[in-house]
Amino acid sequence: MSVASPTPFPAPLPTRRGCPFDPPDGYGELRRDRPISRLAFPDGKIGWLLTRYEDVRAVLEDVRFSSDRRHASSPVRAFPVRDGDPRIPGSLIGMDPPEHTRYRRLVTRWFTVRRMRGLAPRIERIVADHLDAMERTGPPVDLVEAFARPIPSLVICELLGVPYAERADFQRWTATLFRLDEPKESVYAARDALWDYMRSLVTVKRQLPDDALLSQLIHSEDPSAGLTNQELTGLGQLLLIAGHETTANMLALGTFALLCHPEQAHTLRTRPDLVDNAVEELLRYLTIVQFGVVRVAREDIEFAGVRILQGETVVASIAAANRDPERFADPDELDITRSAAHHIAFGHGVHQCLGQQLARMEMRAGYPALFQRFPSLRLAVPADQVPLRDDMFIYGVHRLPVTWQG
Amino acid sequence: MRIRIDRGRCQGAGQCALNAPELFDQSDDDGLVVVLDDRPPPALRHKARLAEQLCPNSVIRVLEAEDDG
Repeated sequence: MSVASPTPFPAPLPTRRGCPFDPPDGYGELRRDRPISRLAFPDGKIGWLLTRYEDVRAVLEDVRFSSDRRHASSPVRAFPVRDGDPRIPGSLIGMDPPEHTRYRRLVTRWFTVRRMRGLAPRIERIVADHLDAMERTGPPVDLVEAFARPIPSLVICELLGVPYAERADFQRWTATLFRLDEPKESVYAARDALWDYMRSLVTVKRQLPDDALLSQLIHSEDPSAGLTNQELTGLGQLLLIAGHETTANMLALGTFALLCHPEQAHTLRTRPDLVDNAVEELLRYLTIVQFGVVRVAREDIEFAGVRILQGETVVASIAAANRDPERFADPDELDITRSAAHHIAFGHGVHQCLGQQLARMEMRAGYPALFQRFPSLRLAVPADQVPLRDDMFIYGVHRLPVTWQG
Repeated sequence: MRIRIDRGRCQGAGQCALNAPELFDQSDDDGLVVVLDDRPPPALRHKARLAEQLCPNSVIRVLEAEDDG
């Protein structure tokens, strides 16, 4: 392994994209020339940016780097934190072991490969219902509204026991929380609204339990569970946000990518045996967690030839890692016939996505059915007029106008 | 060839059960790894190795015959 030579001049995170499907310009050069580089954060602090697959994986499984982001810098905007804000109880994404382990263990069995495969008939039914509705409406439609957003929202609502009829509210609050240039006050308001909504839902589930996850967590026979209403609220809102926002963006952006690579769409339509490969390759190629994964050094750490100081923020760019030519041949090519299983679009280490098997089931049900139902599917606007989510924490498209021969 | 696991490290991501279902499953009780065959035939060596590489928490170790003890 070559010794990293960090730049003496900290630079901000690259964010300008040349191509809607490629990571922002500059990552390739960084990965080649300075894979561990000094990063200048908007709050004025200096930290580190990692862009090589091997380094990104290493930092994400190293327990000396903390996921508690209360004192971290954000690479794209200051985290809006009010004075006196408590950490969100139950929100395991910002916790380290052993605290993280306790919550993760309570929900892991709900998201196993086998359990998610058991949901396949229901997910396929939901996909078919939305394709039927598109057919009835006729072209053109916005694929985000008609397909990509409703499908994962409905699935996670059923899994958690959240009323789907109330989706407009939680989808709007999520969009506000994830928008980069949102004024602080409106972020606070959305956060409070989402909290209050989930808190009242937890109260309802205590009184009127059902078979879904939230109720089952409340009424668990496992004595180690015993979650407070605060913990249930934090955990519930994390699962709700993570369960609908991410897959929605993969479905829409993945469809956009396939429409811009018609030979790949053709292969997907005619080779159903390749669907699992296609899902992994789209995850790798698009890596929608576009600004990387943030960690904080708990102590001074010698890492791959550099000294990272206690308290410094490290940004592990999983998007850059998934384009590392040392790991993936021709990394900038979308090729659904390749085996992309080693991608880290779901992260790595203890926080690797809890819902990844659910996301896979939704994508493997969604993409082929869409392209088989509408073989003539194409963009209804020029590709450069599709509005990109450069302004959101999770990448994707705001709208995807599509048409087909009716 | 022998498969060893450190179940205490498992977080139930499911990479092993997804990519090497002949060798690994997840428990219905806690979602954590269950080894179905800890002495897999040579034909499944590549799947055992893949599961070892993909595990996000280094739970799985594949030992070749000479380490078998």
